[in-house]
Amino acid sequence: MTTTDLVPALEQEEAADPFTVAGEVFTSRLVLGTGGLPSLEVLEDVVRASGTQLVTVALRRVEAAAGSSMMEVLSSCGVRLLPNTAGCMTAREAVLTAQLSREAFQTDWVKLEVIGDDRTLLPDGVELLDAAEQLVADGFIVLPYTTDDPILGRRLADAGCAAVMPLGSPIGSGLGIRNPHNIALLREQVDVPVVLDAGIGTASDAALAMELGCDAVLLASAVTRARLPVQMALAMRQAVEGGRLARGAGRIPRRWHAEASTSMAGLPDL
Amino acid sequence: MTIQVTVNGAPTDVADGATVAVLVADRSSGHDRVAVALNGGVVPRSRWTATALSPGDRLEVLAPTAGG
Repeated sequence: MTTTDLVPALEQEEAADPFTVAGEVFTSRLVLGTGGLPSLEVLEDVVRASGTQLVTVALRRVEAAAGSSMMEVLSSCGVRLLPNTAGCMTAREAVLTAQLSREAFQTDWVKLEVIGDDRTLLPDGVELLDAAEQLVADGFIVLPYTTDDPILGRRLADAGCAAVMPLGSPIGSGLGIRNPHNIALLREQVDVPVVLDAGIGTASDAALAMELGCDAVLLASAVTRARLPVQMALAMRQAVEGGRLARGAGRIPRRWHAEASTSMAGLPDL
Repeated sequence: MTIQVTVNGAPTDVADGATVAVLVADRSSGHDRVAVALNGGVVPRSRWTATALSPGDRLEVLAPTAGG
C-alpha cells in the first residue's frame, strides 16, 4: 500500500462500518464539547479543525448564558447539537433539564449526565439508569455519560440508550484511560456505539480509545484548555483516525521477549 | 399592583396578571432559544402567552451556552 492509498483505506473502514447513532451516520468519530474555551472567537476554528459533526452544548440561566452568537457559530459549522445535562445530581433534575433542552435546542438528542458529587463529577449509576429509562420512554435519543462499569453499560444499552459513553477518567482530569480493560469489556457487552467520554488528556489517549474498540471519542477540556486549542483539535482528529486505522489493521501480539525483524538467514560469519 | 415571584433564584416583582411571555421578553434579550421551567415543570413556548404568573411561582429562564 502506498502513502496515497491511506486516505482511501480510512474511507473503506468507514464505508464498511460507519459510526451510526440512532440511524444517523457520522463520518467524524470525534465528538467535541464546547465548554472551557477562553472565548467564542476560537470556537469556530476549533470546530472546523476537529472535523467534528456532533457538538455538546448546555443550558444555563440567561444571565450566565453565551447568547445567540454561539448558536450562530455552531449553525454555520453545520454540526448536530448534543445538549448535555451537566450539573444534574438526580434523575428528576436530569429529565427536566433534557426536556428544557429539547425546547431550547429543538432536538431529541441528549448527553445524559447525572453526577454523584461535585468533587469527582463521577456518574451516579442508580440515578443515571432511572433517568435514561424515563427519557427513552419520552422519545429522547439518549447518550449517557457513565462509568467504565461494563455491567452498567449493558443495562443502559438494554434500557434503549442510543450509545453508551464510559469515562476514561474524571471529567477534566486529563488522566487518560485508567482502566483500558473495562473499556474493552464494555465494547464487547453492547451492540450500540461506545463513545469514550471524559478524561482524555492528549492525542495518544484518543488513539488508545479507538484501538480499544471504541466507536468515537468525546472530549472537551483536552482541546479547549490546551495552550493551542486549534492545534490540539487537529491532533485529536488525526489521533482518532489513526487509532481507528490501527484497530482495523490489527496490532501485533505482545511478546515477552524480542522477535527479530531482520532475518537470521544468510547472516555472515564474521 | 404587583406580585412577587422568583426568577432564576432572585425575588422579582412582576405586574399582576403578567404571563411567562412577558417575563421572557423582559429577561432574554440577546437570546433566541429560551426555555422556561415553572415550579419544576417545562412551560412549552406555545404556552407562554397563556400561562399567567401567580405569587410565589419559581421560574427558571434558560438559554444555550457552551458545555462539555
